[in-house]
Amino acid sequence: MQESAAFTPQFAASAITGILWLIPTAPMVASGLIALLKQPRRNLAAGLAIGSLSISLVLSLVAFCHVLTGWTHDSAVREFVNFTWFRFGTSAVDLGWVLDPLAAIMIVMVSFVGLLIFIYSVGYMAHDENFTRFFCFMSLFAGAMLGVVISNSLLLLFMCWEIVGLTSYLLIGFWYQKPAAAAAAKKAFVTTRVGDVFFLLGIVWLYSQTGTLLFYNHGVGSLEGLALVNLLSQHAGLGLSAAGAIGLLIFAGAVGKSGQLPLHVWLPDAMEGPTPVSALIHAATMVAAGVFLVARVYPLMQIGAAPHGTTAALTVVTWVGASTAVFAALIAVAQNDIKRILAYSTISQLGYMMAGLGLGGVAVGMFHLITHAFFKALLFLGAGSVIHGCHEEQDIRRMGGLRSDMPLTFLTYAIGMLALCGFPLVFSGFWSKDGILDAAQHWDISKGPFYMLVFGALLTAFYMTRQVCYVFFGYWRGGRETAHESPKVMTLPLAILAFFAIALGIIGTPAWPWFHAFLENRTASFSWHGFAEPGLGLLMLGSSLIVFVGLGFSWWLYGNKLPKPEAPDALEKSAPWLWAPLRDRLYVDELYGVTVIAFYAWWARVADWLDRRIWGGIVSAITWLFGLWAQLNRLLDIDWVDGGFDKTCEELSSGGGLLSRVEGGRVQNYLRILAAAVVALVAILLWSSRP
Amino acid sequence: MTTPLAGYLLVAALLFAIGIAGALVRRNAILVLIGIELMLNAANLNLIAFWRYGPHPELLTGMMFAIFSIAVAAAEAAVGLGLVISIHRHTNTTDLDKMNRMKG
Repeated sequence: MQESAAFTPQFAASAITGILWLIPTAPMVASGLIALLKQPRRNLAAGLAIGSLSISLVLSLVAFCHVLTGWTHDSAVREFVNFTWFRFGTSAVDLGWVLDPLAAIMIVMVSFVGLLIFIYSVGYMAHDENFTRFFCFMSLFAGAMLGVVISNSLLLLFMCWEIVGLTSYLLIGFWYQKPAAAAAAKKAFVTTRVGDVFFLLGIVWLYSQTGTLLFYNHGVGSLEGLALVNLLSQHAGLGLSAAGAIGLLIFAGAVGKSGQLPLHVWLPDAMEGPTPVSALIHAATMVAAGVFLVARVYPLMQIGAAPHGTTAALTVVTWVGASTAVFAALIAVAQNDIKRILAYSTISQLGYMMAGLGLGGVAVGMFHLITHAFFKALLFLGAGSVIHGCHEEQDIRRMGGLRSDMPLTFLTYAIGMLALCGFPLVFSGFWSKDGILDAAQHWDISKGPFYMLVFGALLTAFYMTRQVCYVFFGYWRGGRETAHESPKVMTLPLAILAFFAIALGIIGTPAWPWFHAFLENRTASFSWHGFAEPGLGLLMLGSSLIVFVGLGFSWWLYGNKLPKPEAPDALEKSAPWLWAPLRDRLYVDELYGVTVIAFYAWWARVADWLDRRIWGGIVSAITWLFGLWAQLNRLLDIDWVDGGFDKTCEELSSGGGLLSRVEGGRVQNYLRILAAAVVALVAILLWSSRP
Repeated sequence: MTTPLAGYLLVAALLFAIGIAGALVRRNAILVLIGIELMLNAANLNLIAFWRYGPHPELLTGMMFAIFSIAVAAAEAAVGLGLVISIHRHTNTTDLDKMNRMKG
């Protein structure tokens, strides 16, 4: 655990911070515009998406340079703009955005990798009729992801987080005609929702305790001194302070998004989406958002730790990460779908990042996040290129020998694969993974995570070599059609990503830990003494050895002697008892099927029965009663009220007709009646005055 | 002065009956007017008769009533005949049954 030097935030927002909101807004606006386009306007849609993300990239680079120039000895740039969204009573809900080293690195990474994947998609999705819809969703995703990164408010972050989840759902189910894709989209949405419920609880708790959701706000934000001390002083039970408990609730959201145990089940299924989506969302950025979130709220988790000590919350993060790293790597060994192997690899690497955060602090985890984003995007795009070249075939047993058919893809894929394995010295993955392993071997609480992560590294080398052997070596085992190399628009992003998969290692070597210094606000200096740290040399040697063992063993098993697609795997032949459970993904889906899902199904049946029999019965009884009452009312109305009224009217009108005959308009008639009446009157008078 | 009051009243009633019969059965507006005049004069005759046989025959009250009534009747007859002549000019008839429209 490294102590970060005290930040001396600069409050005065600079010009670039003032317009930082443009970075997420540009792709979002583009998304809205693309949504209005008709299907055939492909070029315009792609142009809008790529153009808007280019704007974001340029602004991100400007912001990054601004942070770089503002970075002096023990003072880092942390500028933010806050505003009140709405207020109720005396309390207000504030939103805002922040520019600090963490955000600066992330916006550059997201917009850069995103831009490359957008360009790649132009080639990959060229034959899809829903090209415009694809770019609409992708742009929305990019905007929301950039929003997550620059939010200075947990609420704004949560909103963008949910938009990101929505676009993930939309893009996994992009080919919704396929039932598997629709089911995978639903699964991803529901599974991440489980984590998000806890995340929301954490947000509510944090707000109730600190009265603000802003991260940084001139010393009164929720991640700053006062609030943290306040949170630390409250006990939440189980040996946790309120800060740690809130941190863990937020971590639960990250578990859902980043596919950590036990909520990892959605990520392999998410590979039903188009490959660029897998590369951008389910490898490089969105799944890393969980790691970023933990890094963002790191003060909550870290507060209360002794120097070089740890907290209960961070211990949980470490163990979850380490178990995920090994667990997913194990499953990846026995998968046959090229994208599923990479998906499990992603889960495993996300576990490394989480463990890195828990063990070594923000910089260690974030460095692996950044390097992983590049080489995993590279691997996914390479896999997409392979799938494209093999006519939508995803089973690695039906590939083979692509080394000569797709040389450029092979070269870049090999670079990505070696970076992922952590091939010594040259590749970025080596340095970022060794950072984590180094932190793990110095962890005081237990050496368990260290051994788990080392084992995970061995497995990583093994399964990646297996995959490369299957895909690129041996002979072509597919159908009659042979593979072809992908167009330039797809291979160019591969080449650029491959360059970064190697080059990025330079900024995080022990000799020149620039990245760590940048994030933790120290001075970066070059010195070979970085390697002289106790245990580091041995560790580098050991981890190199592990990688070689994994590579060699896998090569010995699979290299150049691949069987027919129908024949069993080499490992399956030698150890079927190990192979079967790994192939079946260690039965996690089945376990959920018989526990959680079975319970829900039962509960749904109970609810259905209650609905139909009990509530439905009551409702229909009431309906019947009302029907009866209405019939009664109808009779009353028709026979009594209406009938009586009609009769009265009839009588009146016939009486009127009779009387109207008298009023004929003839004066003489009137007079005649008058005379008759007088005669009658006189007669009556005479009659009555008779004695 | 031996004739009793009833004699006068009978004459007046007869006159009234003739007047009303004329007013009712005649179609000619002028004859109807004459009938009305007859009824008026029957009333005048009654006024005189009741005055003469009343408690104060010396006060000339009945005479005054009758004279006023005759004056009013003369005016009325003049107006009525004027109307009849006006209608006759307009419609060329004095038949009451044909005068069933207010519109000219």
